[in-house]
Amino acid sequence: MKFLSHRRRKPWVATALLAMALLVVGGGYAAVSSTAPAEAAMGSQTQVEEGKRLFLEGCSSCHGLEAQGSMNGPSLIGVGAASVHFQVATGRMPMSAPGAQAPAKEVIYTEDEIAAMSAWVASLAPGPAIPTAEQLDFADADVAEGGVLFRINCAQCHQAAGGGGALTDGKYAPSLMNATPQEIYEAMLTGPQNMPIFSDETLPVAEKQQILAYIDALQQAPSPGGLSLGRLGPVVEGLFMWTAVFAALIAAAVWIGIKAR
Amino acid sequence: MSKRDDASILPANPPHGEPKLGYLPVADIPHKPRVTDTDPKAARRAERQVAGMFILSMLLVVLFVVAFVTIDVTTVIYVPVLGEVGASNLALGLTFGGAVFLIGAGAIQWAKKLMPDVEVVQERHNMTSPKDDTEEAAATYERGKEESGFARYPIIRRTLIGALALFPIPLIVMLRDLWQTPAGANPVEILSSTSWRDGERIVPDIGHNTGENVPGIRPEEIPVGGLVSALPMSIKDLKDDVVANMRDRGKSAIILVRMDPEEIRSQQGEGWDYQGILAYSKICTHVGCPIALYEHRTHHLLCPCHQSTFDLADSGDVIFGPAARRMPQLPIRVDGEGYLVAASDFEEPVGPSFWERG
Repeated sequence: MKFLSHRRRKPWVATALLAMALLVVGGGYAAVSSTAPAEAAMGSQTQVEEGKRLFLEGCSSCHGLEAQGSMNGPSLIGVGAASVHFQVATGRMPMSAPGAQAPAKEVIYTEDEIAAMSAWVASLAPGPAIPTAEQLDFADADVAEGGVLFRINCAQCHQAAGGGGALTDGKYAPSLMNATPQEIYEAMLTGPQNMPIFSDETLPVAEKQQILAYIDALQQAPSPGGLSLGRLGPVVEGLFMWTAVFAALIAAAVWIGIKAR
Repeated sequence: MSKRDDASILPANPPHGEPKLGYLPVADIPHKPRVTDTDPKAARRAERQVAGMFILSMLLVVLFVVAFVTIDVTTVIYVPVLGEVGASNLALGLTFGGAVFLIGAGAIQWAKKLMPDVEVVQERHNMTSPKDDTEEAAATYERGKEESGFARYPIIRRTLIGALALFPIPLIVMLRDLWQTPAGANPVEILSSTSWRDGERIVPDIGHNTGENVPGIRPEEIPVGGLVSALPMSIKDLKDDVVANMRDRGKSAIILVRMDPEEIRSQQGEGWDYQGILAYSKICTHVGCPIALYEHRTHHLLCPCHQSTFDLADSGDVIFGPAARRMPQLPIRVDGEGYLVAASDFEEPVGPSFWERG
């Protein structure tokens, strides 16, 4: 211990420790994994049967043998193919542990398997279908209008720049920075977890496309300064300045004040 | 202590002697010499260190100019921790910041390691004024008091105090006009009513063009778990009047949510829902942030500003946070054409509390 306490008194140690702490804080902002979209496919009979087999294997312990739901998971009757695709293709389902928040993680099923499960769930009762390429085409959509709609409908939870934010009891709205247009469309249509449903009647396809265009613009927007801090805005940036930069200034002042040996 | 007695490196004369002009007497306290004072090698090393910093600073300035000229401003590179960042920004910031920092760091290092290290005594002059000066000031004050007659004319003294007490009143009265109402309008009435009235169609909020080319919302268009940010149809009449438009949005904005009717534990009025569709104000009762952060499984409505949480399945009661009042509910029904309409205005003022609300 004498070795340590001897080193601790050296003036550069305080600076080095501080720099290390800053690096740890900064490094904490890790990116979330991205996922690949799958092609929509409507079920043939064999596909539906394959889907049922996969469902019984991987999903029925929580959602019930007939997808009727159980203590551990909601009923999937009428949730539609879009819901299945969103949940499974982003890795949210199957969950690693029961809970209100289902975080996106590594996808364990192939595109064909996901399509089969979607087809089986869609065959149980009518529900939102996987959006067509036409519905997802936002090339001509107005980005500015999309921004207005995003701020009215989405920004409260997902934050005005799509960075995500906290909900109640430890739940959170995820960042949209790695979400594909298909996933975003399916989420609006099906209301995964605690997200409310934005139906095509009250938020028509054209308006959903504008929102897609806005999110795409956010995803493409460069960050010339780097270290966007989750794009949470001036409060977070100010807090960072007050803690990290002031700590560095104090460290410099301490160094200036220490008597040379 | 031998080094200390070597007058050639001291900034001052030895203790107890008469100091040279521009120098201060050395303090008579124990002194521990630095490594650079005792070891000529260490002193040489410190000298090289300082010069090295100044050279590096010059080098960084050259690099700055090179980076400014050669790096394309649109180039984006990936840097660990920082993420995607503009290469030009990063290079210019690091080189120029480093150049300035190294000049400062070199100067500090120079002062700490090589400039004379000695404790000196600096005499401080007396802080109080001489007795003559304080007595003269007191006498001047007394003379002023006597000549002005402040003590002699009580009527003048009292009226002056009265005038000074009253003069800020106009500044406060003028605050009334910060409230830009039509002349004579009562702020309490304005805050207590919105555009909602019986039969007013509910339309989705789509921004500037809200209410145009939409007949309204049919109940079957909102699925269970659905959420719609909505406004009164009449907002379209205010489209071109920016002030009135914003004011109406600030009061009349609502959210429609639909839940299984069996999940509704209580409402603010009997039958104010329509088949499980509930309309609540979108304006937080704490400080008026717009809220649409609705969790459709818990039926919690959370305000992103200060985390006030309302339970929409239970009369919109506050279950967490600083809000003091429940979220006002708007009674709704369906009109003859099958569209959702308000059944009346809100029965209590929406938004944050105000003075006369009680």
